[in-house]
Parts: sequence; C-alpha cells; structure tokens
Amino acid sequence: MSETRTTPPTGTPASSKVADRPHGGLGDTLRLWWDALARPTQWLVGSPFIVFIALLPVLNLPVLTTVGTNFGAVMAQFGMYALIAIGLNVVVGQAGLLDLGYVGFYAVGAYTVAILTSPSSPWNQTGDGGWLSRDWAWLAALPIAVAITAMSGLILGSPTLRLRGDYLAIVTLGFGEIVRLLADNLDEVTGGGRGLSQVAYPRIGISEENTNGVFSAGASSGTLNSGVWWYWLSIVLILITLVAVGNLERSRVGRSWVAIREDEDAAEIMGVPTFRFKLWAFVIGASIGGVSGALYAGQVQFVNPTNFNVINSVLFLCAVVLGGQGNKLGVILGAFLIVYLPNFFLGRTELLGIPINGTEIAEFRYLFFGIALMVLMVFRPQGLIPVRQKLLAYGREIYLAARRTARKDAA
Amino acid sequence: MTGELIHALTVADPLVGFDTAALVDNFWALTVDGLTYGSVYALVAVGYTLVYGVLRLINFAHSEVFMLGMFGQYAVLMMLGFAPSGNAYNLGVTMTVVYLAIALVGGMAVSGGVAVGLERVAYRPLRKRGAQPLAFLITAIGASFVLQEFVHFILPRLTGDRLGGVNAQQPIRLVVPETQFTLFTANITNVTIIIILSALILALATDMFINRTKFGRGIRAVAQDPVTATLMGVSRERIIVLTFLIGGLLAGAAALLYTLRVPNGIIYSGGFILGIKAFCAAVLGGIGNLRGALLGGLLLGVMENYGQVLFGTEWRDVVAFVLLIAVLMVRPTGILGESLARSRA
Repeated sequence: MSETRTTPPTGTPASSKVADRPHGGLGDTLRLWWDALARPTQWLVGSPFIVFIALLPVLNLPVLTTVGTNFGAVMAQFGMYALIAIGLNVVVGQAGLLDLGYVGFYAVGAYTVAILTSPSSPWNQTGDGGWLSRDWAWLAALPIAVAITAMSGLILGSPTLRLRGDYLAIVTLGFGEIVRLLADNLDEVTGGGRGLSQVAYPRIGISEENTNGVFSAGASSGTLNSGVWWYWLSIVLILITLVAVGNLERSRVGRSWVAIREDEDAAEIMGVPTFRFKLWAFVIGASIGGVSGALYAGQVQFVNPTNFNVINSVLFLCAVVLGGQGNKLGVILGAFLIVYLPNFFLGRTELLGIPINGTEIAEFRYLFFGIALMVLMVFRPQGLIPVRQKLLAYGREIYLAARRTARKDAA
Repeated sequence: MTGELIHALTVADPLVGFDTAALVDNFWALTVDGLTYGSVYALVAVGYTLVYGVLRLINFAHSEVFMLGMFGQYAVLMMLGFAPSGNAYNLGVTMTVVYLAIALVGGMAVSGGVAVGLERVAYRPLRKRGAQPLAFLITAIGASFVLQEFVHFILPRLTGDRLGGVNAQQPIRLVVPETQFTLFTANITNVTIIIILSALILALATDMFINRTKFGRGIRAVAQDPVTATLMGVSRERIIVLTFLIGGLLAGAAALLYTLRVPNGIIYSGGFILGIKAFCAAVLGGIGNLRGALLGGLLLGVMENYGQVLFGTEWRDVVAFVLLIAVLMVRPTGILGESLARSRA
C-alpha cells in the first residue's frame, strides 16, 4: 500500500506554514488517499465496507448489538436519521442556512404517504376506486411525497430566505411548529391527535410465516425482521442520495453553496445568484427529508403529531453538528450516534464486566447529548469528522495536486 | 407562505372556524388578557434582546432560565411553609403582597444566577476561543437540554420528589382571581392588575437602567461597537455578565407573574414554547432593541388572544408564528428596527 509512504510529518511547526495543504493526522492521510483514488476504485474499495455496514444487524456482533430493543429496528431508525442528516447537511452544512424546523419536512413526507394510503384518511387512494394498488402503494407514494415536500420547501423558502441567519432560524422553527400544529388540528384530514394508521408498505416477500410480506411491522421476530429490510431499503436510498448530493457538491451549485456559506455578500458581488441557490439548497434538503418521512410512515405504519416535535428538529441538528457539518460521512456518523447510543444502553445491566443501569442511562439521553454538544463546541467545534472547507471549494483537482506535493515532500 | 396559509385557514371553513362575533363580543376582555400574557412575553423577550444586542447570540437556553425561575419561586414558597395542595390561600392583601415579593426575589435570584452561570460555563469558553456563531447556538441548545433534564431527572432525586420530575407541580395559589372592577366591559381581576403593574414597573426600571445609568451606557456602547467601547475603558466581560444578569432577573420575575396566570405551568418543559414565543416577540419588535422587545411582547400576547378566539384555541401558537413571519416579510428587522445602541430615542 503506497499511502503509508505519503504520511507527512505531523505536528511540526513547519506544517503551519502550509496550512492550506491537507496535511495532518491519520484522518487527513486517509482522506488524501481516498480522494485521489479513481471513481471505480473508490466503489471497489467502498463496496465491501457498505456490505459490512448493511449486514451489521444480521451478524449480531456481541458487544455492538442492542439488548433492550431489536437491533434491526434500531438500524432502520438509523437509516432514516442518516437520510435526514444528509438532507439537513445540504441546508446547514453546505449552504450555511440554519434550519431549526427541518422536522416539518420530515412530517410533510410522512403525512403525504399516510394521507394517500391510510384507510383512516379521507383521501385514501388504496381502497376501491383509488388509483394506487394495494401492494405497491408505498413505492408509488414515495415520489409524490418527495415532490410535495420539495414544494413545501419552495413555499417556505421563497419568502423567508431573504432573511438573515438568525431570523431564518426562528422562522423555520416557527414553520416546523406550524406543520405539527396543522397535523394536530386538521382532524378531518390528518386524524388529529389520533393520527393515521395502517399506512401502506411494500408488500413483497410474502410467505407463510410473514403473511403480509417482509416489510410489514408484523414481521418483528428473528434476525431477518422487517427492521432489517427497512434498513436495507434505506441504505439503497442513502446511496442514491449520497451520489446525487455528492455530484451536486462538486458542481456549480455546490461551489455556489460554499461561496454563500463563507460570505454571502461577496458571493452575490461575484455574480452568484445567492437567493436562487439558497432556495435550491432548501428544496433539495427538504425533499431528502421527505424521503425519510416516507420511510418512517411506511415502517411504523402509523403517523401522529407527537413524533414531529420541534425537539426532534434539534436532535437532527445535533446529528449534523456532532458528526461534522458539511461532511456527508460525518453527519451519517452523527446520526448513528444519536440513534444508537441511547438504544445501546437501553436494558443493558453490565458493560465490559462493570454493572450499569443502562435503562436509566438511556433515559438521560438528552442530558448526555446536551453535555456532549457543549463539550464538543469547546474542544472540537467542527464536529467528529470535520470537512476541509477551503478544499471543498476547489474540488477534486486539489487533492491530486496535494498528493503529488506530499509525495515529493516525503521523498 | 403566509398568504397561502391565511387563505387556507379562511377558505377551509369546515376545518377552521372563523368566529368574528366572539371576537367582537369579548374584544376588551381579550385585549386585557392578551396584555397579561404579553407582559410575561415582554419581560422574557428583554433577556433575548439584550444578549443579542451585546453578543449577536440567540440565547436559546433563556427559556430554561425562565423555567428555573418558576421552580425557584415555587421552592421559596415551599420553604416558607406553603403546601402544594392546589388549594387557595387567603392571607389578606398585605401578607399576600409580602409573600409574593419574597417569591419574586427567590425567582429572580434563581433565574439571575442560572443566567450568569450559563454565561460563565457555556458561553465564555467559546468566546475565549473565538468560536463561530453557530457554535454558540449549538452550545445554547445543549445547555437547554442539560437544564431541562436536570429538572426532569436530577432535581426530584435531590429534593425527594418534591420538585421537578415528569409531572407539573401542584400549584400554590396565593392569589385567587377575583374581579376588582370593570373597564370597557372587561373584568379586571386582581391577578391581571398584579401582572400588568409589576411588568410595567420592571420594564420602566429596565429602560431607565439601560438609558440613564453608567452601566446602561456601557451596555449600549458594547452593543454599538465592542472594540471602541473597550478602548474607552468599558470592561466587555463585565458588561456581558451584567447583560445576562438583567435578562435572568427579568425572566425570574416573569416566571412568578406567569405562574399567577397559569398555576399549572410549572414543569420541566414549561419554558420551551414560552421561550420561543418570547423570542418571537423580541424579533417582532426588532431584536437587540429593548423597547422593541416590550412592544413585541405585548403585541404578540394580544394578537395571539384575538387569533385564538377567531380561529379556535388550538390555533393559538399558529397565530403567533404566522404573525412573526408576516411581520418579518414586511419589515425584515422587526417593527422598531434592530439596534440596541440607537434605541434610546
């Protein structure tokens, strides 16, 4: 492996002179090596890793698996949160727009699917005379949910994105609350506090054991339960989203976002149509949130307003900030920690031989998240896996150039 | 979005009621009740607005400062021997006022202490490191979680389940609402009088403090230009602590007044929505602007009450947020504009 030779001397005072060059610890070496790989090689190296991540709930590794709850279900939830984190990352991390009402888009996506496919909704399309088939209703409703969520992003964004950062934060917070209150109060359509039940899900893999298919919430036992299937489905959606968002980042749109985030006025002067690109970020972020909401509605087969509290918005933001805003892999890690850690402790009575009261620790999760956020902001404000902000603006070429320089230095 | 929403609200008749008759009939009663809520919003909003003016920071945890103020005054009353039974006490005017004053001091002390502690523990390390604005906001959210969960889980353990926990506290009712006189068909109760009068006095005192005293001038100077203010001999750190202290004290006072109006509201999550509303009020009036915060609070309280009757109780919060969005569309820096420094008029 040649990448070991490219390790630059770290921590020396000389490195501060070339601060813009991506030299640093192990993370930077890894990043440098990865980014210099050709696209097909990246897929070749990445695929086994993705397969390993996908198989986690099936492998049931002894310490990693959860005790109190089904590991498959936890991973399915992680999938949804990862999608949300990727979407929110576009808005917060890429374009630098602080959105505290992201849960609103998640809710719109979930409710679109639920309203179209739940028998308790007045606009149900899965029954007699509806234009959705019973078996494929969820899949058909998914693009509709995405479209409607994107539209809600447009509707919210077009008047509010002219506001500055802090104002935007509070207006989006208000929007998130309004969506929840609408869901709570428009009883005839959304079922109010009772919610909508029996939401459609993909009916495939029907067997004698699982009469409703592997995606049904009824298939909850065994290693290959519905949670695992939803997790796999979400991994597919995450990969598609990652490729799409990654391409956007490297395009003119992505460079405009970085420019807006770094200095909006300068970007505007340089000819970037800031409002239009901010709106793009909002709409794209919103539609990804809509996908996640649709996943949620399908998996749980039930939506009600309490799942879309503003506190969830804050939790989503935690995932993005914890992982490292602007970095796609970072925010996925953040989402994993947010979902996994409380579930890890749930029901656990001992950890590595030390007796602990895991359920109580899981109960205290907001306390720990709060402390973690405060500590993180002091010691590592850029998140666990930070993004190289300056480099992002230049694109791929810089990594190749940097690597050549690093080789020369090492020689 | 506002246009669409109002359109949807008014056209979708079976979904949302539109009761103009109720609004006209109860106009004055609603206005007075709105002013009582508005006074509380206004006092809390001052905390947001002062901190924003000086530090350009949304102190997201200010709602928890308010919440702890509610627990503070409650704890003081418990220490004075009042049992949380939910029954009303009848102590006579003088003793009630004395006990209320003690509770007020208790609430203000707790809130002020928490606000200053928050600044010390959470924000000062960030300032020393020159962190990004977003880092401050995230820290504020983190601190908000910590304070809420402290009351949720840890406080009941410390006090033997007498304070905090999942459920709201049993109210200690020192004042029972009784109609004192009628003004334009509105019944004015003793609670209303206490709330509006105290809020008015506190607001005037704060305005005087900011605009007339040496410390106030320091706050305005730092808000206007921190570097020049430091060169002129103003200690920025002291001014920041002072700002948090004033915000905290007012939040503590607001906490007592709020519990007079809503006795069942003492719960760990009780600050959250009220904090958001108060922040809305601050933005509505022009954040960073003291008089703007007071005006925004009163306006929000009144409008919310009108909207609640017009559309139904369940739309109360929607009205507040839609109002905020509508005002920001027309005046992006709030009704009275932004600057704390230029607010002295």
